[in-house]
Amino acid sequence: MTIEIKTSTLAPVRNTYAHIERRFGDKPATRYQEATYDVQSESYFHYRPLWQPDKELNDPSRTAITMEDWYDFKDPRQYYYGSYVQQRAKMQENAENNYAFFEKRNLSAHLSDDVQKKIIQFLLPLRHVEHTANLNNVYASAYGYGTAITQAFLYNGMDRLAIAQYLSRIGLILDGNTGESLQQAKSNWMDNSLWQEMRRYCEQTTTVEDWFEVFIAQDVVLDSLVYHLFYELLDKQLSDEGASDLGMLTEFMRQWNKDTTRWVDSVLKVAIAKSDDNKRLIENWISHWLEKSTVALLPISNTLLGDAGLQESQVSFNKRLNKVGLFK
Amino acid sequence: MAKKLNIKDKYRLLTRDLDWAYSYADRSKAFPFEEFEGIKITDWSKWEDPFRLTMDAYWKYQAEKEKKLYAIFDAFSQNNGHLNISDPRYVNAIKIFLTGVSPLEYQAYQGFAHVGRQFGGVGARVACQMQSLDELRHVQTQIHAMSHYNKFFDGFQDFSHMHDRVWYLSVPKSFFNDARAAGPFEFMIAIGFSFEYVLTNLLFVPFMSGAAHNGDMATVTFGFSAQSDEARHMTLGLEIIKFLLEQHEDNVPIVQKWIDKWFWRGTRLLTIVAMMMDYMLPNKVMSWKEAWEVYFEEAGGALFKDLARYGIEMPKYADVIEKEKDHVSHQAWWTFYTLGHAAGFHTWIPTDQELDWLSEKYPDTFDKYYRPRWELAKKMADEGNRFYSPGLPQLCTTCQIPMIFTEMDDPTKTCYRDHVHNGERYHFCSDGCKDIFCDEPEKYVQSWLPVHQIFQGNCGGPDVADILSDFYKMNVGADNLDIEGSPDLERWKKWQNAS
Ligand SMILES: [Fe+2]
Ligand SMILES: [Fe+2]
Ligand SMILES: [Zn+2]
Repeated sequence: MTIEIKTSTLAPVRNTYAHIERRFGDKPATRYQEATYDVQSESYFHYRPLWQPDKELNDPSRTAITMEDWYDFKDPRQYYYGSYVQQRAKMQENAENNYAFFEKRNLSAHLSDDVQKKIIQFLLPLRHVEHTANLNNVYASAYGYGTAITQAFLYNGMDRLAIAQYLSRIGLILDGNTGESLQQAKSNWMDNSLWQEMRRYCEQTTTVEDWFEVFIAQDVVLDSLVYHLFYELLDKQLSDEGASDLGMLTEFMRQWNKDTTRWVDSVLKVAIAKSDDNKRLIENWISHWLEKSTVALLPISNTLLGDAGLQESQVSFNKRLNKVGLFK
Repeated sequence: MAKKLNIKDKYRLLTRDLDWAYSYADRSKAFPFEEFEGIKITDWSKWEDPFRLTMDAYWKYQAEKEKKLYAIFDAFSQNNGHLNISDPRYVNAIKIFLTGVSPLEYQAYQGFAHVGRQFGGVGARVACQMQSLDELRHVQTQIHAMSHYNKFFDGFQDFSHMHDRVWYLSVPKSFFNDARAAGPFEFMIAIGFSFEYVLTNLLFVPFMSGAAHNGDMATVTFGFSAQSDEARHMTLGLEIIKFLLEQHEDNVPIVQKWIDKWFWRGTRLLTIVAMMMDYMLPNKVMSWKEAWEVYFEEAGGALFKDLARYGIEMPKYADVIEKEKDHVSHQAWWTFYTLGHAAGFHTWIPTDQELDWLSEKYPDTFDKYYRPRWELAKKMADEGNRFYSPGLPQLCTTCQIPMIFTEMDDPTKTCYRDHVHNGERYHFCSDGCKDIFCDEPEKYVQSWLPVHQIFQGNCGGPDVADILSDFYKMNVGADNLDIEGSPDLERWKKWQNAS
């Protein structure tokens, strides 16, 4: 049918869904808004979960953080599924090119034995940390409240699986696909005393009940330190040792961290803006997990980078927290 | 030269090896819900990955699909694609989809995130997480696909608010609440297996082919785009059941009980699809009865033959359901027609041509039991007396459908069952629903039955019109009532005249 109708006859009766209109007024909405706001069911649940009968299926009380409106946690990146996968597809294309280039030019041959050992002992075990981050973010997605924040947690959880897989691929490049380097990395993770406090930290975060605390322990405290220590400081050190090509294989992680930090910081800002109680809670959690993370990371960072390493990461973390409005 | 890895080994190295045995925390505190259902898992490493997709590949494929999908959505709205539908009555089918089905995609996202966190085996977890992400995709692409319709037709605008409250929408809502409230393994049998594997073709194929036959490009496109996701979901559903049955023989009777339950609950839920196919599509695809025969009796029959080696039998009451295929769509549309003032979409009397089609498709039942009703309704409407039934229907405590079904051996007699629990009498539409209640009364006494709630004054009122406008946020006079005289139809006529 060819349509030439006077525009007035074809005027829409409304610009967007009614719940979007109630929030933002009667005007065209973005795809992010329609995909996000008020999509999660909030009331009149039929049955309490057998696995947690003191709660409703969707229940804001699974954290001690309180909000008047859980949709204040707007994602500054405005990721809904479509925009999320398209953004990540671009990143992975980049990464794929880097990995392909690295393999084609056989750049691992230029890595000294010492450097290779270092990668296996200190970088590859991070795949298990990423696996923990996957669990923790999916946890917050499953038990968090309001699509704005829970969808971002799922994206983050899947990102972490991806990073664990990229790290594993680094190992396969080093060992020529035998999987030996991954096995060695895993025995480091399981038995090497340098990693045991870190493993303890990871295991413990997966038993924390409050999902916002899980977010603090994982995405705020541990990730800030780990990404600085390993993907900035260690990367620089390896580069100084003639392994700058390795940076091609960890570029994804740096890019990802930059993207994610924007979202993490905005979550913190929104939560502390809501109430002093939230702020106090968050500061307590941060202090608690910061102490544990120091214990967890010190053996590795001391061995790798000397005393200054972790301190430098902590200084940069504190700056970030201050900028967000915490501890001041 | 690096050796070549086969996909299975590669996936093991990239994914399955990521987890480890805990030393510093109690692992049962990290995965606390694995035991209470009585399911015995002796070895998670026996899990066969139903698909071996790494995240980078996932992003790549899905981004391609999304790009194409949104290009079509954009073109659809630029070209006012809604003008190409067969007939404005069609739009009411997708109003039911957005208010009744899309929120289930959301619950699927939540349910799979829950099991995707809780299963102790990393292979199963990751497969569930990917499904969780897919389900989020489905709800969001559906909202975006319907976004254009919402601008031109009534009844889409408050889908989320309605889903939480409206009397007939409690049927799909409670179905998924039930699955999510269950333990993680029952959830997988309910949704991953019974719903995604056995029944999904009866939900999606009718809606998507209905859209194709009725000129709805937006819905067709998201349907097609979701198909490869669904293929993954089906393989996961099949793997979970095989895995549970192979892990321990004690799992067999538990799984059988869940199959019986979810199969019954699923067919009750599909009543709405039955009615959509037979009555709401101006251009028909096939009758509900035909769809049931193709997608359940043939495909499902083969499946259960396959599962027999594990000791699994056809779901209980499969024989009752076989008889129901001749009746349910007629009983459901009649109910909505007579309660059309309280529905968030429009209803109508089938045209003469459509009545003939129904007679032809249902030779054993339609002329005998249902055609006379429609002829009477038509006579009344012609006399300016469109029939609306006063009062509100009694609901089945389990499936929450009004008591509209009849005894299958005597279609003139409504089927009532009841049961007294703790001194209270509960009502059911069928033996299937009664059995489900009696097996877990503590769960089902909690049901938030919309009509009960209205009578208890929990939904505003007291007039039905007030409940509709204040509690449901319906635009009374626009969203509800017969399609004749509706603003939807008036606008449609204007568009037709202008072109
Ligand atoms: Fe879906
Ligand atoms: Fe699905
Ligand atoms: Zn029932």
